[in-house]
Amino acid sequence: MIDTLAFLGEFGDAVDFIFNTRETREGREVGGSQFAELTWTHVQLSVAALALAAAVAVPLGLVLGHTGRFGFLAISVSNVGRAVPSLALIAFFIAYLSVGFANVMVALAVLAIPPILTNTYVGVRQVDPDTVDAARGMGMTGGEIVRRVELPLALPLIFGGVKTSMVNVIATATIAPLAGVVTLGDPIINVSTYGDAGRLGAAIAVAALAVFTEVSLGALQRAVTPRGLKLSARRNRFPISLTRRARATS
Amino acid sequence: MIAQVQIQERSGEDASCIADNGFCPGWIGDNLDRYVDPFFEHVYLTVVSVVIGFAIAFALALLSYRRRWLIPPVTQITGILYTVPSLAAFFLLLPLTGRGKTTAIVALVAYSLLIIFRNVIAGLDNVPDDTKDAGRGMGLTDRQLLWRVELPLALPEIMAGLRIATTTTVGLATLAFFAGAGGLGGQIFADINFKSNVAVAGGAAVLLAFVLDGLILLAQRAATPWARARATT
Repeated sequence: MIDTLAFLGEFGDAVDFIFNTRETREGREVGGSQFAELTWTHVQLSVAALALAAAVAVPLGLVLGHTGRFGFLAISVSNVGRAVPSLALIAFFIAYLSVGFANVMVALAVLAIPPILTNTYVGVRQVDPDTVDAARGMGMTGGEIVRRVELPLALPLIFGGVKTSMVNVIATATIAPLAGVVTLGDPIINVSTYGDAGRLGAAIAVAALAVFTEVSLGALQRAVTPRGLKLSARRNRFPISLTRRARATS
Repeated sequence: MIAQVQIQERSGEDASCIADNGFCPGWIGDNLDRYVDPFFEHVYLTVVSVVIGFAIAFALALLSYRRRWLIPPVTQITGILYTVPSLAAFFLLLPLTGRGKTTAIVALVAYSLLIIFRNVIAGLDNVPDDTKDAGRGMGLTDRQLLWRVELPLALPEIMAGLRIATTTTVGLATLAFFAGAGGLGGQIFADINFKSNVAVAGGAAVLLAFVLDGLILLAQRAATPWARARATT
């Protein structure tokens, strides 16, 4: 272990594990560059799952929000989604559809769809009806209104959903090794190979990855927020909540 | 050791179904008893974590509601706690709190703080100013106003936060067995290729989330009789 990290005790050993390759008793090389590989798989899996989820949820949310139909569905998908434990979901996929990258990706996408769908729907619904009317008055078709008015104005909320899902997916991808995809969760699940330092190192790496994602997607979310919305958001610090009672604006 | 959760013995009539890792109603009927203890461990973890989480978040919210400058730092700190994946949190805590329920509960509490805090503040902020003015005009002190007017009116939003926190905690508690705290997750993990086992243990976890959610909803209805009265008139 690097001496400068010694004062951190177990945590120092874990950090050392992340950056320096070491050999297990069976002669397998773990840590260091192998850790980078695990991280790369972890990121690939998470991004693939999120892309799939977004490809399904965003268009669906836009259409449902634009037509204003099946709103109950869009909202309750999210409530039901939250009630399904991620481990149970992964376990269902393993037991009923078997293991592998594609299956885990789909399982994670299923987990990621509800927040994106609900946020997209709510984002479109909360666009000021007057704005939509004005767009219609200017001769825009339904498709144009969706693309050029509702989508940009809903973008911050859609991004909020994407952020929630991405962090959630990164967290859940930790248990992917159960399904044969070797992510950062491997040192956590196979302690006998990696030892305590590997497990703690992986926990640190997963936590850092999640926080990094949250922060960078948060910055991206601010970047895509239309300027007008930013100004009005300053008065309203909290993200809108689904339960807020509608108050008549005078 | 986690990797050595023992594969439980399978016995019963439908031998071929069991050998296939299939969904075997007969086996499930015979073996339901092995899910009882993990189920109640799960209930314990969830309820204790949510109760503690609610107490802390509620106190923080009341404090920050009066001292507004506290809101951004509390939101940020609880936000970071919320972002750290629960599984990682369990292992980050292990060197400090050791294996067992304490570790799991600390992590689960940390996870529920943001949700409850944000909803309590949002609920209080949504109380119309006119209503508060009316209360003050009737001679209520700040404290009376809070407990008799603002909190009751904020109750739907507070309860909504509690419901989200509870269902989320049920889900996260399925990973608590990694911290040595038992629960339904341990049962799922014990034989993750066996359809019957996954269906019962996973199903029980989902069911628990719905039941607890429903119970809070009922409590909310009982606590806000005026909401129903308004709806029916």
